[in-house]
Amino acid sequence: MMLQVQEVTKRFGGLQALTEVSFELPEGEILGLIGPNGAGKTTLFNVINGVYVPERGRVIFRGEDITGLPSYEVAGRGLARTHQVVRPLSDLTVRENVMVGACFGREGHSLPQAAVKADEALTKVGLIDRAGQPAGSLNVAQKKRLEMARALAASPHLILLDEVLAGLNPSEITGMMETVRSIRDDGVTILMIEHVMQAIMSISDRIIVLDYGMLIARGTPAEVANNPQVIEAYLGDPKMTANLMAE
Amino acid sequence: MKAWRQPGFWLPLVLVLLWGAAVLVLRQDTLRETAFTVLMFMALASSLNILLGYTGYVSFGHIVFFGLGGYTGFYLLSEQGWSLYPAALAGGLLSSTIALLVGLAVLRLRGAYFALATIGINEAARAFVSNFGPFGGATGLFVNFSAYERYGGAGQALWTTFILLWVTTLAVLVVSYLVKHSRFGLGLLAIREDEDAAMVMGVKAPRAKTITYMISAFFPGVVGTLYFFKNGNVEPGDAFQLHMSIEMLVMVMLGGMGTVLGPMVGAVAYQGLRGYLLTSPIFKDLHLAVAGVILLMIILFVPAGAVGWVRSRFRGLRRVLE
Repeated sequence: MMLQVQEVTKRFGGLQALTEVSFELPEGEILGLIGPNGAGKTTLFNVINGVYVPERGRVIFRGEDITGLPSYEVAGRGLARTHQVVRPLSDLTVRENVMVGACFGREGHSLPQAAVKADEALTKVGLIDRAGQPAGSLNVAQKKRLEMARALAASPHLILLDEVLAGLNPSEITGMMETVRSIRDDGVTILMIEHVMQAIMSISDRIIVLDYGMLIARGTPAEVANNPQVIEAYLGDPKMTANLMAE
Repeated sequence: MKAWRQPGFWLPLVLVLLWGAAVLVLRQDTLRETAFTVLMFMALASSLNILLGYTGYVSFGHIVFFGLGGYTGFYLLSEQGWSLYPAALAGGLLSSTIALLVGLAVLRLRGAYFALATIGINEAARAFVSNFGPFGGATGLFVNFSAYERYGGAGQALWTTFILLWVTTLAVLVVSYLVKHSRFGLGLLAIREDEDAAMVMGVKAPRAKTITYMISAFFPGVVGTLYFFKNGNVEPGDAFQLHMSIEMLVMVMLGGMGTVLGPMVGAVAYQGLRGYLLTSPIFKDLHLAVAGVILLMIILFVPAGAVGWVRSRFRGLRRVLE
């Protein structure tokens, strides 16, 4: 089992952000995480990769309890992520950004090795021709790709993708989906948050649904899309299922 | 990438080497004194830049390491009869140790909170030393003249001190370059740009920052020992001057933070300007005010500093101007 999240609870003051969230993610799968805004999706990512420490519950990564480890320790064990709000290291070049991922990720490359690894990752996400320019000068779609490349360069076992499709136009979405599939084909397990419904429904093996910090449904995309609770709480429109599955 | 094949590695070193050698050949006392001051600020500004320029942590009270290291070195050579070399080294090591201990506490703070904490540390150190018996309390320490004799008298000792400072400055520049172009340094730059994102990518930020703080504190301790040995006395007022901290910042910003050459250029430029201001009838009491205005103008208009500005304008020069 790649990842086991067991009864994770996270509070911010009076706000119950996550309530006893449990799920498992087998190796090689693409698991979609959906839910309305404010449902706690990004908070869950932050608990998994060590940015937040949960009040209760455990996060088990490849059989090891990583609950409460700092984020750099989690990264070193082969768990990489992208950020919903992109966080480029603006004054460094695109290549240097990705080299940080390669140097301090699971394999801990030296600088020359990291440069090679960075160029591979940049080729994979289609940013190689921008390698020498400052990361701050990229547009949003390119910054999303940069986030992906940084995560990939770490040679992770598991990658958490936080809304990599948001803000992209339809052709960019198609391109990014292909990239995600090819990452999975390289043997990386993927947990992804997404709001672009058709995309997540078509790419995920399974889907879990968060609402007000609680997991309200899990299953195949078809099962989740037909789940009355999901339709009620999240989609709000019973006909939406038909639209979603039509594509 | 081998450092010794890069022009950017050699440029600052060759400049300092030639300049120091010229001073040694000409052998004039006034020239040596001027060069000593400029080299000292070069070494101090470059040390500060290793922390400020690479990690983005603004240490306003960095002079505390000059003061504490200098006091320790001076005490060892004057009161305990140590030779200058191990005493200077001990001064540096003590500064690093203090940085380690202080860093564990204050490096958790970010931005303005860290900057304020560093000022507090400087003031606390000054108050402590002013009341610390072995260091002579408020009156400080005076050198035991026999300490100069093993270097062939006071006059010769001044030249020895100059040579040591020259070598120390070269060492700072080498370390600054090597840190910047190492894997460790890449982690520091990532911390500077976005510490949380850097940690998510696996940069062990707390450890990296502490090590950097220690490196950045070591050289001011060595330089402090040399400076007070040259002066022949040390007192709290001279050792912990907050305005020197601010002048170090001005030099780093003026030349370009995060570059190896920048603090060097900044030190020369600032000392030149300071020399002019102190001797000009209009500005002679206002040189710190002018320094403040310069700092403001740089931050507003040329935040990258002189070297940073040239690097961004002329991309071809990047390999030369590191």
